[in-house]
Amino acid sequence: MLLLIQYTLIFASVLILVALGGCYSEHSGVINLGLEGIMVMGALGGALAMRYLPVSLPGFIFILLVLFFAILVGVVYSSLLAVASINFKADQTIVGTALNMLGTAAATVIVKAINTAANPNDVSSIIQYIEPKKKFIMYFGSFEFNWFMFITLVILFGAWFVLYKTKFGLRLMACGEHPQAAASVGINVFKMRWSGVLISGGLGGLGGICYILAGVSEWRFEYGVAGFGFLALAVMIFGQWKPTRIALAALMFGFFRALSNTYMGFGFLAALNLPSTIYNMLPYIISLIVLALTSKNSKAPKAEGIPYDQGMR
Amino acid sequence: MSKEKTNYLKKPGVQSFVSSVICIILGLLIAFIVLLLINPAGAFASIMEVIKNFLHFKNPTLRLRFFGETLVKTVPLLMCALAVLFSYKVGLFNIGTPGQYCAGICAAIYAALKWQWGWLPCVLLAMLAGAALASIVGVLKAYLNVNEVISGIMLNWIVLYFTNATLTAVKNPASKDTLTIASVNKAGLLPTMGLDNLFKDKYVTIAIPIAILIAVAIMIILDKTKFGYELKATGINKDAAKYCGMMEKTNIIVTLVISGALAGLGAAFYYLTDFEQWAVTQSTVPAMGFNGIAATFLGGLNPIGTIFSSYFITHITAGGAFVDLTKYSSQITDLISALIIYLCGFVLFMKTTMNNMIKKSEAKRHVKQANVNDEGGDK
Repeated sequence: MLLLIQYTLIFASVLILVALGGCYSEHSGVINLGLEGIMVMGALGGALAMRYLPVSLPGFIFILLVLFFAILVGVVYSSLLAVASINFKADQTIVGTALNMLGTAAATVIVKAINTAANPNDVSSIIQYIEPKKKFIMYFGSFEFNWFMFITLVILFGAWFVLYKTKFGLRLMACGEHPQAAASVGINVFKMRWSGVLISGGLGGLGGICYILAGVSEWRFEYGVAGFGFLALAVMIFGQWKPTRIALAALMFGFFRALSNTYMGFGFLAALNLPSTIYNMLPYIISLIVLALTSKNSKAPKAEGIPYDQGMR
Repeated sequence: MSKEKTNYLKKPGVQSFVSSVICIILGLLIAFIVLLLINPAGAFASIMEVIKNFLHFKNPTLRLRFFGETLVKTVPLLMCALAVLFSYKVGLFNIGTPGQYCAGICAAIYAALKWQWGWLPCVLLAMLAGAALASIVGVLKAYLNVNEVISGIMLNWIVLYFTNATLTAVKNPASKDTLTIASVNKAGLLPTMGLDNLFKDKYVTIAIPIAILIAVAIMIILDKTKFGYELKATGINKDAAKYCGMMEKTNIIVTLVISGALAGLGAAFYYLTDFEQWAVTQSTVPAMGFNGIAATFLGGLNPIGTIFSSYFITHITAGGAFVDLTKYSSQITDLISALIIYLCGFVLFMKTTMNNMIKKSEAKRHVKQANVNDEGGDK
């Protein structure tokens, strides 16, 4: 039971972080389908930091530095989306899809190159982080508390506050609803959209490092992040682009995802003797059903996905 | 003389071609830089291997054989690209193509191995499987307003797990792959009609000419028929189409069904040649569907262009096997195709720039011409 709660919380943390990222980008008017790729790149940044930073650093600084690099790589990578979709008015769906493919391919090429350079016989795309991982974890009895659970809570509150209580957040949302109207009162739409995308890149990168630290202590970068970027988008839509609802939706999705890892531990579920395939499919099936039920009255930002054209007032 | 030249560049088809070539060159260039950063020695040789692919061999028979195999691998990519293209023309981004392709694999292999069906029913079942899966996306989109990208991705994962579980029943006990069709049910293999002798390769089948015919058929349907026109009109403006008496909801579903059927067909065209078996431990949907997106956009959203772009992408992917694997990884070709799709996002910008350049040079010439006329008037 404790294990189920633990996994639910950690998966929900990943989903909340990435979904909030998507939320910022879409509120500014840019659909970020590249979150999956951004997660991979963020995970790569964090994993490389864990590999090269001395383990002797104090835990707090170590964690901060790993987070910093994950966010940095996520932000830099998301600027590829920003420049194409905001400045060059590219189709956001294509660019997002390209970023997903590029993320996994680039991460694999980079990690393989590093591994092969260190040892010519090693052509794997695996980075190990057994020792560094321990710094992220604290034990309360048998409950494995991951610092990311706390970080996510802080960011969740911060995201809500920035979006609804600051001038910046309200302006950002205006650019996603009616950019021409926003521009007419002196808001720089380009700047706002850039900030929206870069924030989503940072949060996506953070979600990526959180994801690969969730269960295992090594990561094979060929695998990407198993559709978590898209699950996060489903969470965001189900959460109607509102941070608090996103958190609740993420907890629900996290629960079903956690179930596939832990169902063997429950007498009655194991007794049902369902194939593990069912549990693997479950989060995706649930999200489809949920989307079917909630998409009709979508509260999506009205101008999302449409390149900003100053001439269209 | 120069006037004719500018007119030539004005043609949308030429512009698409030029943009695609620019994307390819930039993609290869960036990949080359990446190789240089990893290991400067051998970067040039490796990128040349990627470009050369089967020309790597000196022996003409081997060349022909590997050319044939590149064509065999082009077929599923072309079909997936056509699937993406067909839906994109109707304003839908069918990113569920990899899943529909996967469903086609599942149906074709299972029918051929477990039920020992002949090749034709296997092909039809694969089409049906892809179409059925895509229809879910279509119904969700048309009636419940579910974003087709998200539902497509979710179905991709569901189908992947389903396929792995289903095909475990026809797995080779000694490995993680499914059994070969030749070992169980020879009638399940696609007929070759002598093409295998032509290429000296048993995997070359009728799938190759059929796929090209389908590409031509898609172009005719989209450009020359009322049906295609209605579908495109729905894509451009759903409400206007409805107002004109078109059944916009049905059109969305029909589009996705056709798109899914194409993807399923591609799967049957590949896996019923025995060229590759399905590994039941796959952790991601086949990349074929995603590369189909690359081929579609690189082909300038034109079915005929897609034939060439599919071939090109398969060509460099196959060439990836010849890079110096002690220095680089073969994923460098995935990187190239991903870069190409990313660059394809800039095609609109390139076309606008080209048009602006043409306009500018024409304006200049008009001014010149006017000056010449004025001078003529003075004399």
